[in-house]
Formats: sequence, C-alpha cells, structure tokens
Amino acid sequence: MKLFRIKGGVHPAERKDATKDKTVVAGPLAPKLYLPLQQHIGAPARAVVQAGDYVLKGQVIATAAGPVSAALHASTSGTIEAIGLYPVPHASGLKGMAVALVPDGKDAWCEPMPPLDPDAAPEEIAKRVAEAGIVGLGGATFPSAVKLNLRERHSLDTLVMNGAECEPFLTCDDRLMREHTDELLAGVALMAKALGVAQTLIAIESNKPDATAAMTAAAAAYPEITVRAVPTRYPMGSEKHLVHTLTGRETPARALTADIGVVVHNIATAFAVHDAVVNGRPLVSRILTVSGSAIKTPMNLRVPLGTPIQALIDFCGGFTETPQELLSGGPMMGQPLRSTETPTVKGMNGVLALLPSDTRRGPAHACLRCGTCVNACPCGLLPFEIAAHIRNGNFDAAVEAGLMDCIGCGSCAFACPSRIPLVQSFHHAKGHLSAQQRIAQRNEEAKRLATAKAARQAKLAAERKAAADAKKAAAAKARAAAAESGES
Amino acid sequence: MVGTRPFVAGPFAHAGRSTPMIMAWVMIALTPATVFGLGLYGWPAVFLFAVTVASAVLAEALCLKLAGKSFTTLQDGSAVLSGWILALTLPPWAPWWIGAVGSVLAIVIGKQVFGGLGQNLFNPAMVARVALLISFPLEMTRYVAPRPIFGDDAPGFLDGIAVTFGFGGQVNMDAVSSASLLGHAKTELARGVPLSETLSHGFDLAQLVFGTTVGSMGETSAVLLLAGGGVLLALRIVSWHTPVALLAGILVPGMLFHLIDPERFLSPLVHAFAASTVFGALFIATDLVTSPVTRTGQLIYGAGIGVLIFVVRTWGGYPEGMAFAVLLMNAATPLIDRWVRPRIYGRDRKGRPLTAGGTR
Repeated sequence: MKLFRIKGGVHPAERKDATKDKTVVAGPLAPKLYLPLQQHIGAPARAVVQAGDYVLKGQVIATAAGPVSAALHASTSGTIEAIGLYPVPHASGLKGMAVALVPDGKDAWCEPMPPLDPDAAPEEIAKRVAEAGIVGLGGATFPSAVKLNLRERHSLDTLVMNGAECEPFLTCDDRLMREHTDELLAGVALMAKALGVAQTLIAIESNKPDATAAMTAAAAAYPEITVRAVPTRYPMGSEKHLVHTLTGRETPARALTADIGVVVHNIATAFAVHDAVVNGRPLVSRILTVSGSAIKTPMNLRVPLGTPIQALIDFCGGFTETPQELLSGGPMMGQPLRSTETPTVKGMNGVLALLPSDTRRGPAHACLRCGTCVNACPCGLLPFEIAAHIRNGNFDAAVEAGLMDCIGCGSCAFACPSRIPLVQSFHHAKGHLSAQQRIAQRNEEAKRLATAKAARQAKLAAERKAAADAKKAAAAKARAAAAESGES
Repeated sequence: MVGTRPFVAGPFAHAGRSTPMIMAWVMIALTPATVFGLGLYGWPAVFLFAVTVASAVLAEALCLKLAGKSFTTLQDGSAVLSGWILALTLPPWAPWWIGAVGSVLAIVIGKQVFGGLGQNLFNPAMVARVALLISFPLEMTRYVAPRPIFGDDAPGFLDGIAVTFGFGGQVNMDAVSSASLLGHAKTELARGVPLSETLSHGFDLAQLVFGTTVGSMGETSAVLLLAGGGVLLALRIVSWHTPVALLAGILVPGMLFHLIDPERFLSPLVHAFAASTVFGALFIATDLVTSPVTRTGQLIYGAGIGVLIFVVRTWGGYPEGMAFAVLLMNAATPLIDRWVRPRIYGRDRKGRPLTAGGTR
C-alpha cells in the first residue's frame, strides 16, 4: 500500500538506544502517592473519598465531572491522607488539587469489574473505557471514551493506532509493542469494534523494526488490522500528518480527523482498553521511559500513577549531574517540570533529565531569513514571519499569517540556526489571544446583560405607565359617569 | 531546580547548526578561490583584501557602538564575510581606499542603516560594488593580467605596497592594465567589430575554468568556486534552487541568441565561466538575508538575476551585470515572498479551510 508524502519535518537525533532494548520493569512503590484530579483534558474529576478513608487498588477515588472528564482510581491500596493542593505537572509550577494516598504496602486489588462479553455492544465498550478512567496515553490525555463515541456524530471508516513514537528518547511504546503484542492487538480490535470502522491501520515509525515485525506477525490473525511502517520523520506522530501519510486525506483547517472519517488513538491506550475490558482493571499505572544524559541508568518502568518522579529518578540510580532541564514527555513537545515532587500522571510517557549536550541551547542571533523554518514547518507556515509579527505586538497579523494553524511541534525552533525561540513566541501570542478572547466574551456578556436589563426596565416602565393610564382612564370614566348620573 | 529558572518553551533539542557556524562554512568554502586569487595577483591583492576585510569589521564595530548595541554581534562573522565577498569582486590591483570606502558603504549603507544583520533589503557587498563602479569607474575597471605572487614578473612586497597604497615606489598602472574578456568583447562590438574577429584565436576555455585570466580578485577560478559552493550545497547551507535557476537564466537566452547570431552574441560557455557568473550564482545570489525564503521563490529570483545579467552584458553599458541584477532582484524579493507562499496545511491557496469531502 502506498504512503503519502507530507511537507516539512525534521530528523532529530533519535537517542533511543539508551532504553530501547530494556525490558519494562516494575517501578518503585513510593511512600506517598499524589493523584491529581486533573490528569486529562476537560473538567477535573470530582473526589468521592475523604481523608482517613481506606482504599483498595483500583477503587474509584474521583468520578468524571461532566461529559468530557475522566474517573480516577487508587493506584495502590492504602489510606487517603488528604485532598488538597500539591505539585502537579504544569509548566507554571503552580499547585493543583490532588488526592494524597499513603500506601499500606499490600498493593491489594479491589474486586475487578466483570469482564465484558466478547460480543459486547460498542456503547458497552465505550462505557467500560470511561469507567476505567482511560485517557489518550500518548500525552494528549483526551478522554478515550468520548473519542470512541465519535461514531454517533461522524461517519467513520478508519481507526489509526499511533505507534509512531516520533519523539527522541522515548521507547515505552516500542517496548509495549514488543512485550505485550497480543494484548495490544486485542485492545485495538476492541476499539475498532467500539468505533464500528471497517479498517484499522497501526502506524509504526521505520526505526522500530522489531516492534513492526512483532505487531505484523500478531496482526495476521486480524484481517481488518494492517500494520504500516511509516518514515522516521518528526512530527510523524502528529494526528493530522499521520492520517495524511497513511490515507492521503488532508484534514481541513479547524476540523477533526473524524470529519474525514478517521479516528486516531495512541497505541498505549489500546493496552489499557484491553486491561479494562478483558480483565476488568481500571487505569492505575502506566509505562514510561526515564532517560536523558543526566540519568545514571535509563529505564522503561511500569509505574503506579501518582508516584513522585523523584522516586523514579532514584530508582534509575539518580542524576549523574544536575540536569539543565527536567521534562515530562519528549524533548520536542514535552513540558518542563518545576519540581521532582511532581507526580506521575496518565499522560506522562517520559521523564527526561537533559544536559546541555542534549538540549544544545545556545545564544539567539538575528533572523537571517534563511528559510530553514519554512522548510521545516509541516503546516506550510512561515514561522519567522509569524514570530516577527508577534514581536511587533501585531497579533492580528500573526493570526492572519496562520498562527492558529500551528500545531506547536517545534520543528521550526529545532532547525533555526539563529536559535530564535519561535515556539515560545507562538505560545505567548496564543495565550495573549485567548486572554483577549475571554475579555471580549466577558464584555459581550456584560453588554448583553445590560441591554436585557434596560429592556426589562423599559418594559416595566411601560407596563406601569399603561396601568397608570388605565387607572386614570377608569377614574375619568367613573367621574364622567358620576357627573352624568348627577346631571340626570 | 525548582521554579527559579525563567520559563522556557520547547523544543529541548536542536539540530545544532548556528549562525556563526553558517558564516564560518561560507568562509571555508570561499578559501580555495581566495587563496588562488591572492596568489594569482600577488601582493597588491593581499593588501587590498586585508584592507577591505579590516575596514568592514571596523565599520561594523563603529556602527554597533553608535547604536549602543553589544559587540557580541561582531562574533557572528557577518561583517568579515561581507568585506571578504566585496574584496573578491574588486579589481585585484585597485588602490586601498577602494576597498576601505567599499567596506564602509557595504556595512553602513548596505546593512546597518537598515538595522543590522537580517534587516537589510539589499546585498551589502553588491551595494558597495555598484556604488564604487558608478563613482570610480576608472579604478573599478582597471584589471591586470595574472602575475603569480612569486613569479618573475610579479611585483615584490614593496612594489605591492606601491600599487595598493601609492607610496614607496612607482608602478605605471596603465602599462600593466589589461582588459577582461567581457570588457574587450564589449568595446570591440561597440566599434562594430564582429565577435569572430575579436575572438579570432578563440578564447581559452581552460583559462576561464581554472581562472588564470584577467578578472576580479576571487571570481576567476570557476573550478575552485564550484568546489567551495559544492560544499555549501552538500551541507545544505545553500539550496540548489537559486544557483541553478540563475545559470539557466543566463544560459537559455545566451544559447538562443548565440544560435541566432554568433557574430553579435557571445557563446553560452563564455557567459557560464567568464567574469562573476559562478561566484555570483554560488556566493552572492545565495545570500540568505536578501533572497526569497521559499524554494519556488528562489527559482524565480535566481532566474530573474540570470536573465538580467544576460541583458546587461548584451545590451547594457557595462560589460558585467551581476551586481545590478542582484540588486534589482533584491528589490523584488519582498514581492516574491508575498506572492509565493507555501499552502497552509488544511487550507486552500487562498487560505480558506478545505472542505471535508474534497480531498478524498
């Protein structure tokens, strides 16, 4: 089958050798776990436990709050210490609401949910995925059940499983595909069933031949599932670009891939789906890569959610030297972590401790208009021009030039010889614009309320006047009648 | 490492290339042709080269000081490179002040008044070259035949000082000056002498290719320039689009007109290897700052320069047109960049979102 070429992209050093041949091992059980209520896109989960409660592993500790939200489960057995503000993975370094859990060391499971029937209806599968608190495990953390229910609103024909793992250093998906091939494919088949699609494509970058071979062999049992090796080129894992590469279909601007009949899920999500549907186990742990030049022994770990990353770093032998940058996720799109107390969350596919030799940070120089960013951009933008508009405070021109079409992949800043912080500038402008939009919305709302109030008052005044007029008229009529009767 | 660092956004990885590195590679690529040129034209060329590059750096430093900017931008190497490229386009035995005035023009008028590196509309070295050519036509067109530096007829160190700085000895410039191939052909054509007579014993293609001929300091050796340019192309510091389009822009009309009337129009081989064609295609037209950013834009830009060079050489008042052509196309660059833009992903050429069904 033919692959379609996409424009732009870069080839970062892969740096996967440190961990790609290391079997996933069970991570440490930290003395205290912190489970943030917001580990997904959407509304934060609502806590249903209180300080002092004893919980078993897999027991619900917070439920989904609204249609786009995700439930949260205790990742080990123990006592709830408190629900309060703790460090959470957010670039701001601000604290967020989390459940603090003190493990009792028994790691005792609660009663699993009953396994679903092999021919369970699509909605039952989606419901189970929601109950299990599963979100997109590639880092996007969108509640998976919502995406599995897209069949209700879109006509879908293809499920794409994203096993590209195009970020440098990360090998957890690679390991998962090699170590849990059969469970993964069973999970993929369940997801395809939930979506009701005719074909499923599993995309794996060509730098993972072992994973591709294992998955291809196992997929032979599933006629509707095809494993496709895609070129190793960042950002191959970008949803729209992956779909384009596989199917030749281009997602319109401001639309979803579902609008062109395709849904993309991360390959690691399929593993969690399998566990929830077949074993009745909710999402309480995940596999992640701990790597980077500052980590003594890089590893792939299966970690209970809520484990402070300090415990992971210690487990991997600690730092060789103080890292320049500590990241959640890969080096291209990962978020800097402000504290090693930050807990492991559902969307965290890597913890990277990077040295200057990894980040290759350097002084910024003037823009040469060399066009390197233009050739690197997978979205057809002129990043240097957008950044220049932003620097001049001309946000409208930046939007006009395509700011909102930027997927934030960082290819431009990665390639820029003048090391201009292009992505930072785009984040700044997007933040500014959304703040402006909120203000505009608030003003609009205030204006609407004021107009409504004025209308209400005018109506009230008119009613009062009408009533007064009627009263006056009635009185006049009565007077006239009285006069008339007096005259007669 | 908690919360004290300023917030930085990703990516936390880099391709590793830097602006000073690009400048350094261009200088490395220029080195073979430069060393050859300095050797070919002897001490006067060495002195002129030194004066030109030093003046460029001094002018840059002065501008930075006046503007209150940090001297760290001197380290990007762009001033050295501007001076270097300008020097290579000068007649090798031109007096020192040609180099000095040229460098000041290039850096001050050509670059710093626009706001420094990356801001200039026109190629600084070409601004200087055209200004010099118009202001000092005599000095700027007095070429000499090659006199290899340690050869018998080469000027010694002191004679070199006399040529470049005008003291310490006497050299009769009129006695040593010699016409370049294009200049000679143009003068003779203007007198009505057909090319077959002017180039009656033919022209020596090998001389043009290897560069042992009359010409500017560093422009003559096509072979060494191609080697250096090849390095830049291989490293993808310059893309092939501008040079290839430029050569096509000269050679296609050159071939056509030569076929129509070989008595009036020079052979495309002369166009390809004479004067500054190769140097301009690889090192001047490819200036990152003043050329379009898209590959399609670079094709238009390169072709435009090529055609303009042919036009100036054939019908213009000057034998060579590289500098004029480059400046004219520099002026067109913002327009090209406005017209030739990549299509934004998920949108049509006009910027409207694609329709969901349309691309299946």
